[in-house]
Amino acid sequence: MAVNITNGPDVCLHAEKISKIYPGTKALDEVSFNVYKGKVNVLIGENGAGKSTLMKIIAGIEQESEGELFMGEEKVHFDDVTEAREHGIGIIHQELNLFPNLAVYQNIFMAKERKKGTVGLDNEYHVKETKRIMEKLQHPIDPYTIVGDLRVGQQQMIEIARNLIQDDLKILIMDEPTSSLSEQEVQVLFKIMRELTAEGISIVYISHRLEEIMQIGDYVTVLRDGKLVDSAAVKDIDISWIVQKMVGKGKSYPKRAGNIDWSKRETVLEVKDLSLPKKGGGWLLDKVSFQLKKGEILGIYGLMGAGRTEIFECIMGLRPEHTGEVILNGETLKINSITEQIDRGFALIPEDRQREGLVQTMDIGKNLSLSSLKNYAKGIFLKSNEEESNIDKIIDEIHIKVADKRLPILSLSGGNQQKVVIGKGIMTNPKILLLDEPSRGIDIGAKTDVFEIMNHFADAGLSLLVVSSELEEIKSIADRIIVLSNGIKTAELAGDEITEDRLVMASYEGHNSGKKN
Amino acid sequence: MFKDKTSLMMTLLKGRTLIVLVLLLIFFSVANENFLSTNTLLLLAKHVALYGILAIGMTYVIITGGIDLSVGAVVGLAGMIAGGMIQNGVTLQFAGVTLYFSVPMVVILTIVVGAFIGWLNGIIITKFGVAPFIATLGTMYMARGWAMLHSNGATYSSLAGNEALGNTGFSFFGSRIAEIPVGALILVVIAIIAHILLKKTVFGWHIFAIGGNEKAAKLSGVKVDKVKILVYIFSAVCAAIVGLITASQLEAAHPATGETWEMNAIAAAVLGGTSMAGGIGTIGGTIVGAFVIGVISDGMVMCGVSEFWQMIIKGLVIILAVIIDQFQRNMEAKMALQARNESKD
Repeated sequence: MAVNITNGPDVCLHAEKISKIYPGTKALDEVSFNVYKGKVNVLIGENGAGKSTLMKIIAGIEQESEGELFMGEEKVHFDDVTEAREHGIGIIHQELNLFPNLAVYQNIFMAKERKKGTVGLDNEYHVKETKRIMEKLQHPIDPYTIVGDLRVGQQQMIEIARNLIQDDLKILIMDEPTSSLSEQEVQVLFKIMRELTAEGISIVYISHRLEEIMQIGDYVTVLRDGKLVDSAAVKDIDISWIVQKMVGKGKSYPKRAGNIDWSKRETVLEVKDLSLPKKGGGWLLDKVSFQLKKGEILGIYGLMGAGRTEIFECIMGLRPEHTGEVILNGETLKINSITEQIDRGFALIPEDRQREGLVQTMDIGKNLSLSSLKNYAKGIFLKSNEEESNIDKIIDEIHIKVADKRLPILSLSGGNQQKVVIGKGIMTNPKILLLDEPSRGIDIGAKTDVFEIMNHFADAGLSLLVVSSELEEIKSIADRIIVLSNGIKTAELAGDEITEDRLVMASYEGHNSGKKN
Repeated sequence: MFKDKTSLMMTLLKGRTLIVLVLLLIFFSVANENFLSTNTLLLLAKHVALYGILAIGMTYVIITGGIDLSVGAVVGLAGMIAGGMIQNGVTLQFAGVTLYFSVPMVVILTIVVGAFIGWLNGIIITKFGVAPFIATLGTMYMARGWAMLHSNGATYSSLAGNEALGNTGFSFFGSRIAEIPVGALILVVIAIIAHILLKKTVFGWHIFAIGGNEKAAKLSGVKVDKVKILVYIFSAVCAAIVGLITASQLEAAHPATGETWEMNAIAAAVLGGTSMAGGIGTIGGTIVGAFVIGVISDGMVMCGVSEFWQMIIKGLVIILAVIIDQFQRNMEAKMALQARNESKD
């Protein structure tokens, strides 16, 4: 089953026993790795397994401590990104590296500008090429659009486009490119990847989504704790093989109990005809209505831009221009500010952990208590003891792995950082928890933990609204799912009605009806 | 082994401003035998009090990720407001009377004027979305202009007050209690209050949260606008207090007083480890930073170094401080990464 990792003619880049030693820790321990020519080479492992470190060494961002890299028979070593790029290696980072203040074409041609005369920019060429490449990517975005105005998924496409204009691209490294894409966008990306490999470009692909790997991968290499676990051709293996190699034991998402009669439960939240106008006409949300019961987990599924996040924004008071009714425990709310909504018992776990969830300069404890600080105030002073004990309690309750709560927040792994953001919401003693893509960019182990936390609090009587674009996840975690498409609610499914087919079908329906109108 | 070395290094780095201060004191006491006398040190405290207080307000503002360029002008304006009220009173033309206020009243009214400038800064920045640098640059010119208009550019020089009018006693702020300059005492009081406010109250933590990640703070329910407005008011009130002390020390109010003082305040905050990017800073650090600047100035004066060289050296010290600051942060980031790698599941 396993393949032998040796250099050969079908290998584009061969890494021989690479080690990377950081002060006090070994991030990579004699890992060998092959990038096969014209293939999709998948690299997988939990967070902290050393995937990103290995990729950074291949892309010249970091340098190996021991071991050797070969391209063909030639031994290579990259001191920086430019040297790696000269050898035809490009990388797309998990965190986007774009210039939000500049236009699409400027982003794509940054540091690769074509000149007209000695100093002038050949923007005509830049715009023309941008159009061509965006069309190839099936995202015909206007080259003059400012990147900051684009959705995350679209920005990802720009990041890919930047690498594609490199003429002599041999190897393209993609670090979790799909974590912010919708199902539809993922399929487009896969098509593009197939086109690239057909042109002889080798792809190194890092992902946490196992089904994707089975669909797109040719070879898979599993890392764990900085060591090479195994390597195989995808055609010879199945998902359970990967999972077993990754975690050492079988794991699956916790499933919700299906035998509760929700009609007897009290309704905590009711949203009626929620509408949100779009800039320049049309609707981001078009008369969306739903109910949320006590102790229920209601999933919201839809493609990028379907209006999922916007529902949360309306409820939290970030979109004062919305219309429609939000009824909490029978009382119609006048929504003024997010602070007031938090006081009323809503808590938001935002989608983008780094940009919207954490305060990077503060320690773990303060990040946890940030939303609930005023509960610990006596006059103007903080009752530190009470604050501390509540922080300890929540760390214990949701199993955040911390050595010391006074350590910087960035000393935690992605999964534990996410738990901190969730913990911050829970510390406000909410009645309703709004989670926007709570499992984005965290490994399988941490995902399972996050879902267990959600189940735990639902069982304790909290009501949860969860946005997710991963079918497998939303199917297992939600009691009921509403599907949004183009701002319209196209389906509401419960129990056995929840099937992948129906979810996907419903997620496209809004676009059809939109055309008819 | 490595860990011990790093933690020693970190301790040295964190205490670096204090170490620099001690080294400077040693250096100047060797260079000039009179430097370490009680008199010199008290004089130093009197000088440091002025931009020390400004720097405390500035530290608050910088921690939120902003900047307040208007403080120097507010110093000048506050002096003029107070000086004018004492020397000429306030004439109500419609009633044909001139009111003279007692000194405590003058102090309160001056602080209210300062607070108004701070409130204006806060409103322009939060409600109209103007960048703090520009907003406070604008109010800097406005406050300075107001100060000039107040006397048509002239100096108020009779601030002793008049027994008959009941407004004597303004010289108190420039005087000494048990040999210690009142200004220095005020610095101590403000520093203690500011430190407690920053570390022990919800308001203080919200300041840190806004500077660390404004978006996350807002989504966590922090009233970002309100906190920012209060911070700019605090900074301007500090400046107004400095204006009162300065006018009292000089026994005169001149409209150009406090020009470029905002730069000393920023320098003290930065020397004390306040991050211009926001989210990081301490009052203790800022005070030490203010003393470093004070010792350099006073020490070099005593050693007969020309004012021009003083400026060059001050500039070098500030840049050096920030370079070391970056180094410390890189090291902290590395240590965090290390902790993260070690704790991986």
